[in-house]
Amino acid sequence: MNRHLSQRLGFFVLTLVALFTVTPIVAVIVYIFIQGSPAISWEFLTVAPRSGMREGGILPAIIGTFYLTIGTAAFSVPLGIAAAVYLSEYAADNRWTRLIRLAIINLAGIPSVVYGLFGLGLFVLFLNFGTSILSASLTLSIMTLPVIISTAEEALRAVPQAFRTVSISLGATRWQTVRRIVLPQALPGILTGVILGLERAAGETAPILFTGAAFFLPRLPGSVFDATMALPYHLFVISTQVPEMPIQIQYGTALVLLVFVLGMNLIATVIRSRARARRQW
Amino acid sequence: MSLNWALSLSYSINPDYTYMKSELTWQEFIITRAIKASGYSAIVFVALIFFFLLREGLPTLGEVSFSNLVSTRWYPIEDYFGIVPLITGSLIVTIGAALVAIPFGIGTAIYIAEIAPRWMREILKPLVELLGGLPSVVLGFLGILVFSPWLRVFLDLPTGLTALTGSLLLGGIAVPTVVSVAEDALDTVPRSYREGAWALGATKWQTIWRVTLPAARSGVLTGVMLGVGRAIGETMAVMMVTGNAPVLALSLGSLFSPVRTMTATIAAEMGEVASGSVHYHTLFFIGLVLFLISLAVNVAASAVVFRSKKRAERILS
Repeated sequence: MNRHLSQRLGFFVLTLVALFTVTPIVAVIVYIFIQGSPAISWEFLTVAPRSGMREGGILPAIIGTFYLTIGTAAFSVPLGIAAAVYLSEYAADNRWTRLIRLAIINLAGIPSVVYGLFGLGLFVLFLNFGTSILSASLTLSIMTLPVIISTAEEALRAVPQAFRTVSISLGATRWQTVRRIVLPQALPGILTGVILGLERAAGETAPILFTGAAFFLPRLPGSVFDATMALPYHLFVISTQVPEMPIQIQYGTALVLLVFVLGMNLIATVIRSRARARRQW
Repeated sequence: MSLNWALSLSYSINPDYTYMKSELTWQEFIITRAIKASGYSAIVFVALIFFFLLREGLPTLGEVSFSNLVSTRWYPIEDYFGIVPLITGSLIVTIGAALVAIPFGIGTAIYIAEIAPRWMREILKPLVELLGGLPSVVLGFLGILVFSPWLRVFLDLPTGLTALTGSLLLGGIAVPTVVSVAEDALDTVPRSYREGAWALGATKWQTIWRVTLPAARSGVLTGVMLGVGRAIGETMAVMMVTGNAPVLALSLGSLFSPVRTMTATIAAEMGEVASGSVHYHTLFFIGLVLFLISLAVNVAASAVVFRSKKRAERILS
């Protein structure tokens, strides 16, 4: 066969493969928007479920996911950024640093349901936090940590070495250099990573199954020691555990979760592209 | 330029050299310690996870006889704790997912890195990233309502909730991992490799297959391993669409019947067991097995990367 013909054929096949890969993604999003939007109303977003969750809204689940995301951020953001600063600015390239990197890679690969088991063993039972927002947030933060560390480290490393050199030559200490020069320059990149990490946490179900998710709560949680409803778990419950669930409420819940997650993704994308446009180095 | 270079060199080789020690205030001392502790936290967490899985999972070995544990019957209510059907269930679903994710993942990565025009790349990359961010429970939900009924009619099966449904869905979930790692690997192949091949008269297509892809193979392999790791550990989508029947899956025909994976078993049953019971310990034991599998996959994947780096360094020096 003519080699130019085989090239054309090969390119054609790979184009089809790529299109076939991304089409379902677009289809999923469009389909959920079409099916779910009729269910969305002011009432759906602002009242609690009624009549065995077959009527009413999903407010407690929305608030719950919001609380869990904030709780996850409270633990994972400071710890993750500090760890990234250590790896990028302080750590020498030795055996221990390689071990840290290996640990981060492994944390990223541990199945989400195993995080759930760990959270149950450590936070719920051993530390006696109970099935609560606190336990679930802590579990989710450890799961989110590798995403935040690796993206933040990448952002820190992208800051040119000359910035640090100049700061040091002016007599700044290492911490002053990190705090005043490197961190502000890397901030947009760090923020993007943080949001992408939290986006994953907000959509996760398995880690909160036995650490803090409630099947049904007619009221909002009062403290961090209360269990909470959450959008992903609620979607799981109403699509598998509740018989004769109106289909519209299911699609509506899926849509709200999708908007929550895609909204965070969009914010991250905007921050990233604006920072790229403004960057002076 | 050379001064700059010398300064940065001294900074990177001996960081303390450029700082005056006397300026280390107690504040800075504490902050530095805190940052260092955070740096080591990842190791602490992996160790903690391992410790708690051991602590809650190992008692199983004393409570359940070994022959029971490796039997083919999982029926905890009557004290049958055979985890073999769960392992085969995970295996068959994962192999199916790999068969989907490898060709589509690598194909898409090659298309994005080597063939697509710039504007197409700007559209495709965020879309694939977006797939990585979609909650698996949403995909499982559509799997139940749309995909499995369609598959049931299309293949004329008694139920749409089968290992195949789970495999196809999981394949889709693993694709973004394969694409992003493989595409990174293709991107780092030096341009001069391609130019050399073109100069020798190779077409772009021949260059991709004979030069670029072989040069990037360790990175592509890493992507495939991480994608497979993702597939083994995926929980919600699999639990929702595979039908959850703990039967032994040994032949290709099992693809078309319901199975139950290790992850789904934990997720479905942990909520209903009393803590400290035999069943509870066994579920933790399954978690321990999953943890060790993911550990093996990730250590192997990073070993591939390290080895190829060393080889590249050898070639360069």
